[in-house]
Amino acid sequence: MKTIVLHGRRVVGGYAEGEALVTRDLISGWGGTNPTEGTIIERGHELYGKSYTGKVLVFRGAKGSSGWSSMFHIARLSGKGPKAMIFKEMTTKAALGAVVSRVPAVTDLDQDPLQIIRTGDWVKVDGDKGIVEVTRRE
Amino acid sequence: MVKLTDSEKAMVDGREGPGRQKAMELLVRYAEALGAERFVDTDNVCGYVVSTRGYRSDIGDLDAVFSSFSLDSTETVKIPPVKCFSSQNQLAWDPEHIQELGLSREIYDFHRENERFISGLGVQLLCTCAPYLAGNLPIKGEHCAWMESSAIAFINAVIGARTNVEGSQSAAASMLTGKTPYWGLHLDENRAGSHLIRVECDVDSMTDWGLLGYYAGKMVGSGIPVFEGLRSRPDADKLKHLSAAAASSGGVEMYHIPGITPEAASVSDAFKGRKPADTFVFGEREKLEAYQRLNGSGRDRHVDLVVIGCPHASIKQIWQVARLLEGKRIANGTAFWVFTARSMKAVADRNGYSKIISEAGGVVMCDGCPAMGLLVPKGTRVVATDSAKQAHYLPQMLNIEGWFGSLEDCINAAITGQWGGELR
Repeated sequence: MKTIVLHGRRVVGGYAEGEALVTRDLISGWGGTNPTEGTIIERGHELYGKSYTGKVLVFRGAKGSSGWSSMFHIARLSGKGPKAMIFKEMTTKAALGAVVSRVPAVTDLDQDPLQIIRTGDWVKVDGDKGIVEVTRRE
Repeated sequence: MVKLTDSEKAMVDGREGPGRQKAMELLVRYAEALGAERFVDTDNVCGYVVSTRGYRSDIGDLDAVFSSFSLDSTETVKIPPVKCFSSQNQLAWDPEHIQELGLSREIYDFHRENERFISGLGVQLLCTCAPYLAGNLPIKGEHCAWMESSAIAFINAVIGARTNVEGSQSAAASMLTGKTPYWGLHLDENRAGSHLIRVECDVDSMTDWGLLGYYAGKMVGSGIPVFEGLRSRPDADKLKHLSAAAASSGGVEMYHIPGITPEAASVSDAFKGRKPADTFVFGEREKLEAYQRLNGSGRDRHVDLVVIGCPHASIKQIWQVARLLEGKRIANGTAFWVFTARSMKAVADRNGYSKIISEAGGVVMCDGCPAMGLLVPKGTRVVATDSAKQAHYLPQMLNIEGWFGSLEDCINAAITGQWGGELR
């Protein structure tokens, strides 16, 4: 089974593994997600109607309201948050959202995670070391 | 690793009590996530700290609500007074209109107690998404820690103040510590333009400025657009609309309009010697596409609710509404809500505008908006608004249809009950 290892920078420490949910679109936390359901609700979004609960959420970055972190905070408190986060564009929204999600999070990877990781791949995220290991879904 | 000064270490070590300790801990976690090297002092924080979630019975007392939602602390700590000038952003809803909004007395009582708790900490209850209109006007170069995406884009771009997009937790922690990570838009080098938007059509009306912002946000994402070729000069309301629109379709926190905004006299000035990552043209076609996208959910022309004042209406906008509505009557079965800050409403009351609006059958509400509170009149299926931001968010958040257009189109929809708007 083919695995690919990506190296990046710790955003939030800790270790988790799970199935990837990948989007090239920016995620709007407030107004674009339903935190008590753990779903993306922005019309026209690549992940419209999909659930990020328990997934390794791989996304380009954050957009929209400053309520971004609160939505992922509520998702965590509702037991609907993602298992880990991997993102490309560092913003205060994504950083704080990852912090209050209290899940391992990594950015600044040496290869483009949106090119390498596909939805359904098995991804191990070592937040402390900033290492992401991707195993292709068969 | 973020470097701490002695005063910051003292807070982390708990020498200023557990409340400031939890606040500083959260800021350290946040700064490390960002990769910030240090903090900067701030004496101007705007955040969303009056909690509308979590009733006391579920979570505990108001210290517990603040600890959990505002500081992300598992442990409940006593919350101390704020250390710097701090303001509450908009709320979910207007406590003086709980009947129209269908809210219970229990929620109202919790809200009032929560407000007293927050003002008791020293937070100004401005309760608006446009604090710069209502008592908190930062100046150029001032380090701020603000929430509310539209206000952030406005004070960075239009005023030249410096803030990142803070969230509830980081804003609350900044209120208690007077610190914010020295990162992003606090630094000169991160305020240069990234993308050029060449404007090749007329951008004149409020609608046009909103459409330009909506287009720019979609094209640049979280970049810093530089607008070239604008022939008319905007007023503050038009830039308020552009800021809100660009921060809805994208993550725009800063922009330059050379010759108008204070940090760039020319296009090359705006890019600080760098090359734009990309150039986009905003012409008639792009304007129409942005308009069609904002009207993408509109099907039924019967309008149940008209929403004006997102971001919160200035007194100039309320004056315009009153002039258009004077002597008119809003259709049965259509609600007309204007949202503003309470200080602005006091002037509108004094000028007789609130009376004109209420005699026509409309309501001036303060503090919140339908998207914040997820509150619209019972049975609402179709909403019309002059705000690109509200048109972007409301249909998807409430699963209703939305129409976007000019203030005149919205007033006509309110009077006739029918949407007849078009891009002129």
